[in-house]
Parts: sequence; C-alpha cells; structure tokens
Amino acid sequence: MMSLIIFLGVVLVLVILFLIFRLSTLVGIAKGKKESYVGENNGVHGVLFIVFTVLGLAAFFWYSYTYFDVYTLPIASEHGKRTDSLFWITMAVTVVAFVIISIVMFVFIYQYRYKEGRKAKFFPDNHYLELTWTIIPAIVLAVLIFTGLRTWNDITSPASKEAEVIEVIAQQFAWTARYPAKDKELGKVNYKLIDAVNEFGLDLSDKNSFDDFKSLELHFPVDEEILLKIRAKDVLHSVFLPHFRVKMDAVPGMPTQFKFKATKTTEEMRTETGNPNFNYELACTEICGKGHFSMRMPVVVEDRESYDRWKASQEAWLKQNPDYLKNVPAQLKEAAMIKAGLQKDPGAGVAAVKE
Amino acid sequence: MATTDIHIHQNVHQHDDHGHEHDEHHEGNFWTTYIFSQDHKIIAKQFLITGIFWALLGGTLSVIFRLQLGFPDMNLDWLKPVLGEWITAEGKLDPEFYLALVTMHGTIMVFFVLTAGLSGTFSNFLIPLQIGARDMASGFMNMLSYWFFFLSSVLMFISLFLETGPAAGGWTIYPPLSALPQAIKGSGMGMTLWLVAMAFFIVSSLLGSINYITTVINMRTRGMSFTRMPLTIWAFFFTAIIGVLSFPVLFAAALLLIFDRSFGTSFYLSDIYIGGEALAHDGGSPVLFQHLFWFLGHPEVYIVLLPALGLSSEIIATNSRKPIFGYKAMIGSMLFIAILSFIVWAHHMFVTGMNPFLGSIFMLLTLIIAVPSAVKIFNYVTTLWKGNIVFTPAMLFSIGLVSFFLTGGITGIFLGNSAIDIQLHDTYFVVAHFHLVMGSASFFGMLAGIYHWFPKMFGRMMNETLGQVHFWLTFVGVYLVFFPMHYIGIAGFPRRYYSWTNFETFSGFTDLNMLVSIAAIGTLIAQFIFLFNFFYSIWRGRLAPLNPWNSTTLEWTTPRNPGHGNWVGEIPSVYRWPYDYSKPGAKEDFIPQHIPYSETPESNLPHENELIKLETSNGEGAIIVEGNKH
Repeated sequence: MMSLIIFLGVVLVLVILFLIFRLSTLVGIAKGKKESYVGENNGVHGVLFIVFTVLGLAAFFWYSYTYFDVYTLPIASEHGKRTDSLFWITMAVTVVAFVIISIVMFVFIYQYRYKEGRKAKFFPDNHYLELTWTIIPAIVLAVLIFTGLRTWNDITSPASKEAEVIEVIAQQFAWTARYPAKDKELGKVNYKLIDAVNEFGLDLSDKNSFDDFKSLELHFPVDEEILLKIRAKDVLHSVFLPHFRVKMDAVPGMPTQFKFKATKTTEEMRTETGNPNFNYELACTEICGKGHFSMRMPVVVEDRESYDRWKASQEAWLKQNPDYLKNVPAQLKEAAMIKAGLQKDPGAGVAAVKE
Repeated sequence: MATTDIHIHQNVHQHDDHGHEHDEHHEGNFWTTYIFSQDHKIIAKQFLITGIFWALLGGTLSVIFRLQLGFPDMNLDWLKPVLGEWITAEGKLDPEFYLALVTMHGTIMVFFVLTAGLSGTFSNFLIPLQIGARDMASGFMNMLSYWFFFLSSVLMFISLFLETGPAAGGWTIYPPLSALPQAIKGSGMGMTLWLVAMAFFIVSSLLGSINYITTVINMRTRGMSFTRMPLTIWAFFFTAIIGVLSFPVLFAAALLLIFDRSFGTSFYLSDIYIGGEALAHDGGSPVLFQHLFWFLGHPEVYIVLLPALGLSSEIIATNSRKPIFGYKAMIGSMLFIAILSFIVWAHHMFVTGMNPFLGSIFMLLTLIIAVPSAVKIFNYVTTLWKGNIVFTPAMLFSIGLVSFFLTGGITGIFLGNSAIDIQLHDTYFVVAHFHLVMGSASFFGMLAGIYHWFPKMFGRMMNETLGQVHFWLTFVGVYLVFFPMHYIGIAGFPRRYYSWTNFETFSGFTDLNMLVSIAAIGTLIAQFIFLFNFFYSIWRGRLAPLNPWNSTTLEWTTPRNPGHGNWVGEIPSVYRWPYDYSKPGAKEDFIPQHIPYSETPESNLPHENELIKLETSNGEGAIIVEGNKH
C-alpha cells in the first residue's frame, strides 16, 4: 500500500513537471521570442558560475582546514615522512595552480558573457604566451619529478643485510606471517607442498625451515629496518600498511618485497593519537574476491626487547606439527628436532615423538 | 540567418530541401534505412541510442553499490524483485555481487559508453559531415562495426543475468582472480561472456577506427587540407589511430587469458594453491597480463578523452564567438598526448612488484604528459578571454568538461609520482582522479556533443532551459560525488571494499560516504531530465534552423535533415580554416569555411588576399593551398 502511494506520488510530480514544461513551451511560442539564438537568461549562468566558484572554493578550504586531522593518517615510518612531504609539496603547487586557473576561468566566463552588439576579440594565437605556459609547467614538473625520483630510488633500494626479515603470505581471505626465528633465514617453500596444515608449503628438506614460526599478528620492532617478503597463494592481493605508507602487491609465483623502518611503537601511537585502543592494521588493496574487504591483519610495533620476548614465546611450526617430521630427510631429523625446539637432548626425544 | 542562406545557395547550388526531406534519392525499406543502414548518420544514432542505454544501466549499477557504501545498514529487500538472490536473507547486498556491480559499472562506462557511445557516435556522425564527404570510406564496414558492437552488447547484457553473476574481478580483470572460477563465482561463465563480448567489441572498434582513419585521409572535400580540419576531426583521427594500435594488444591479452582459463596454458598463472589443491600451472606471470592490459588500458583513457576534448574545442570556440586559441598548439598537444599515451602504461603498476627502475622511467614519462594537458587547459581559458560567451547547454557542458579536466588532471600529478603513489594507489584518491578527469570530463564532452549536434541529427532543437537545468544539477552533483572522495582517499580508504567496518583505520567518513551516495542518486535522477528532453525533442522539438549556433563548419551547410549523401548537389569546397569567428571587419561574427576569401575582402588578412587568385583560377587550386597563418 505504502509503495503504491509513493508510486502515485512520483507519477503526480512527474505529470506536474510535464505540464509546467508544456506550459512554458506554449507561452514561449505565444510570445514569439527566439529572435536571437541567445537565450534571455544567458547572463544568469555567468553569475551562477561565480557563485559556484566562490561556494566551491570556500567549501574546499573550509573542509580541508577543519577536518585536517580526520583525513590525514599519522605517519609511523621513516620513508613515510618523505613521501608525505612530497605529497604536501605537490599539494601546495597544484592547489595554487588550481585556484588561480579556476578563478581566472570562471571570471572570464562571467565577464565575457554574451552582450548584444559586442564583438569578441579575434585572437587566434600568440607564440610567447604558448611558450610561457609550456615551459613553466615543464619546469615545475621537472622539479617534482626529480624530488620524486630520489625518494622512490631510496625507498626501493636494496635492504641492508641486517634488516629484520618477515614474510607475509596472502590468501583468500587472510594474512599469515612467517618468521625465520633464531637462524634469521626463512626456509624454502614450494606451493606444491601446501596442504591444510602446511599452509606455507614449507620445504622440510631445507634446514632453515625447521625453526620458522607462524603468526596471525604482524609484529615488528621499531627503529629497525624491516624487510617484508610478500607472497600470495591464490590470487593477487596487496599489502597495505596505511600508517607506514607501505604498499606492495602479493603476486602468486612472483615474491615481492618492501623495506621500511617504523618510527613509532603501538604504545607511542596510542599516546600520540590519544586513543588507548589504537592499533596498526594491515589491509588488502588489490581486489581478491568476496572477502576482499575483510582481509585484516593486526599489526604490533614494539621495542626490540619486547619484540624479542614475543619471538621467544612463539613455537616453531614444526614443533606445533610434529607429524611433519616424517618429511624431513633422515640425516637432518636430529637437527630438525633441536631447531624446532622439540627436544633439547638429541637421542632421547626421537622415541618420545614416535609414540 | 538570412545572409548565411544566401551564401549556401550561391556556393553549393543547393536545391530547396523541403521536397527531399523524407524520401531521398536512394531506395530503402525500413530495414535497410534504420536497421542495417550504411548511412553514417544512422549508424551514429544507433551508437548513440545504445550508448545512452548502457549509460543508464551503468549509472544505475553505480547507484546500487553506492547505496551499500553510503547506507551500510539499509535494508535492501525492496530491490529483491530486480536483484533476486543477490540480496541476502538479511536484506543486504551480496558482497560478491557488489564486486560484480563495480566490475560491470567500470566495463560498461569505459568501453560501452565512453568508447563506443562517444567515439562511435561522434566520429561517425561528424567526420563525413565536417570534412565534406558523402559517407564513410566503407559504409559496409561501418555497419559491421555497429553490429559487432551490438552483438558484444547483447553478450555483456546476458552475462548480467547469469546465476553465477557477471564478471566480478574488477574491470581490469587481473588474473589469477579472473582466471579461476574457484576464486570468485563471476570468473565462471560471467568471465567467459565478458571475454567473448570484449573480443567482439574490439573487432567493432577496429572496424570503426580503420574507417575513420581512411575517411579522414582520403575523403576530405576540395580545399579541406589537414590544417583546415576542425579540431573535432583531429581528435577523432588521433583517437582512431590510438585505438588501432592499442586494442589489438587487449585482444591478445584476452586471448591468452582465454587459453589459461580453458586450455590449461600458463601465461599468467603460476604457483597457485586454491580450493585445497595446488594447480598444475607453472611459470606464468600475472604481471605480464597487467602490462598487456595497461598497454591498451592507458591509451584507452585518451581514446575516451580526446574525442570529448575535440568536441568541446569546437563548442567553446563557437559559443565564445572566437577562434580557438592556438589551433596548431591544440593539434600538437593532442599529437604529443597520443604518442605519450603509449609509453606511460606502467604507472598503473608502480607497486605490483615490477622492477623499481621501470617505475622511475614510467614516472618520468607520465609527468611529461601533464605539459600538453596543461597547454590545452590554458588554451581553453584564453579562448574564453574577451569572448562573447553564449551559454547554450552544449557550452555549459564544455565548460564543465574543462573544469573537471583541470580538477581531475591535477591529482594525476600526485598519482604519476611513484613515491606518492605508494600510499595513494588503489585508494579512493584514484577513484576520484579518474572519475573526474576521464569519466566525468568525457561524459560531459558527450553530453555537450549531443546538445550541440542534436539539431543536425534530428532536425529539431532540444529544450534549452531543460538542458541548462540538467547541466547545473549534473555539474554540482558530479563535484559532490567525486570531490569528497579525495579526502577519503588521502585517509587511505581502499577501493572496491564492500564495507570498511572491519578496520579501525577506515572507520570514519560515514558522513562523507553518505553525502557521496545521495549526490550520486541525485545526479542519476537529473539524467532523466536529459532523457525526457532528448526523446521528446526528437519528435516534438522546435524545428531547427539550418545553422542554429552560427557555426562555421561544413555540417551546417547541409539540409535540415540531410539524406544519405549529406549534400544535395555538389559538396561545398573549403576555402578557410574553421575558426573565423569575430574576424575584424567582417559583417557577421562568423564566416563559414565554404565562403571564399574573394567574397570577404573587408575582413581578409594580407596573406589571405593572396589566396584569392588561387580560388578563382579553378577549384583544384584550393587543394594545394596550405596555411592559416594568422
């Protein structure tokens, strides 16, 4: 019933609008206007453009100023400071250009609106003018390009040997992290070895894989170079750490990486934002299917000490899944048990596990 | 008006056209005249009507997903009669269908509306009329071009009704998502139909483009040298060349994807574990697809944009009653943009894991493209300066185009900078950028074109006031939709998210998102004013005068309803460039292209007086005449 009333209401409004339209058309015909092809209300649009410019620019500046803290994310990485300053430099340059061009254009539109009897200026070209506005943008852009290039090259330069290596693995629709633990070397993986338990496809013939551990939270230390190794198991995903200005696709079949240095721990950020519940997050920014919007991984940044403590508290994947010891070549089994923390004392533990 | 008519009669030996209005010299029944027509004007209208249909559908899809984004708690049960199972039991949009909507909105708008609807309509309609040709080089190919597009449209439309839904991997259809039906339902039959439809679309586009190029090169009337072509024709010409060079690459990309999907090859697939099994595909690269896709995808931006810029150049000059400023600079910048458009594609891929060195190269090339774009804007502004501006709906939409081109173009300087792009990539900042600079600007170009050439298409005028109301609602609406997205993007909100509630970082901006959605709904509703005006005016509009906008170009020398062949009698010759508006000394504020210099001694510039000799010797002389040195 309600929808019928709404429908009838809409029809009524449409009919009224149509009648108004017909009426105005007929009145127009009766008046016999249209001497000139320029409408009577031509000047109105010039005025409207000025109103639009003033209101539009006012809203732009008001919102940009008032809500600055709402739409800008605090920066928590070293290169983020550089890319953000580039962003704001570009913003300053382009806003100046944008405002000047907009105002000039809309003022011209207002000022030179049609007036009967006036003749427009025949001004087909002027090489100096054209040269000027080719060269000036070219110079400005050159400056922006070169500052951008330097930053980009620094960000994408190889990571140092000491960098803390962490692997992030994407799949529909979750993130997993793999840590190399004490040996600081991630074990080899092979996607053909992946199964319901061996999510990483860990290749247990590689001794570096024995102590690797899995985490559903991404932990990393502050003020140290982090090298994120990024991998995808099924489709494209993209690692996005908004506060760290980090983004890199996860590509099946092509491991990618991103190095960066965090500058603020989670605790420090809680103090800075005044939000005791603040948490860093990792999001997916490459369309990956139904659950794309829910691919979240909590991120914890801490100082070295608590990071080490956290690491020490994590169990090696092999320890959690001792069944997989059978995939370890015989001559490495002992080493595997020791590295995975399954047994302190070699020799005694094998029997215990086999039970 | 009167003086113009006299000129027409003198030069074209034009017969009174009233007797010919409805039956032209060629035979034809309903089918050959309106359906399988080889007349470029009918084909143009076919493209236009199909384009309008798609635009309406594409716009509606966007409003549906904007409902989800702006009002996440809304009960959408009332959409059940239309969307059926895609509305979940809780009255919510299915997240997978959300992605399908986003995908189809992009595909429809980019390809079916702004490529076929825009280029197909106006290249077809204006090229023969403005260069003085009776029809396209090959009317038959032209007809095929439309019918391949129609076939493609039908397939794409059918895919919307599949039980597994249409393609849902984003309009860029990146594999592996688009290759694996187990990854998303839309990658089943929906994706197959998408690929087949696009294959036909590419055939259509190539048939059209080759025809446009041939026609422009070979079929210009006497005196219509390249430097006397209106900028519209230059724009269509460059667009067609870009299309011919880039669409085949998309075809190749799509073909390889079809192989990967159906025949077990591994061009794009490698190391995949999905649905509990490791796939046999090995050695492919998803990044390869992205390279191939964007090799078309970026030129595609200019395939969409250049025709709009061409149309607006013509409209702005006409309605400012001034020559376009820097005619040659405009051609030069379009040429430069066309060339550069082929070597900037990888700026879509800065963070895909591509070699960072490539990133630096593409950043450099990308930012260079801002220079010719800036030149175009400055030239538009200078064209307005000291003009005598008439705000016809077409002019309003052209002004809107310049404004969007500026606002949206400027954010390209951020995104083209690879260092800044790290943060902004795949956020709403990108969405705001390309919707303004490419989507809305081109859409406004298309609307401007429709308003401006409607009298020539249908012999009647559209209602001006309704057109102006339509403009203001749409102009303000588009800004309200896309401007706030910049803020949302700077805050890091990722694209193609069904909802943001899973993230604390993206928990804000419910107010802005609501505003955007309301504005989107309003803007869509405003388009119905246009639809009404359009269809009403086809049958009931005021009869159009021969040259309603006092324009200089050749199409306005044809009869009110030109038949197949366009001109009754001889095709007019061209003696001057298309922008002799408000020439000092001239009686009227415009001198059409077919008026010889010998008839306008009062306004000729010194070097133009020289040309009179060539005009009078015989018509042939006019062909070799070059030069519009003002």
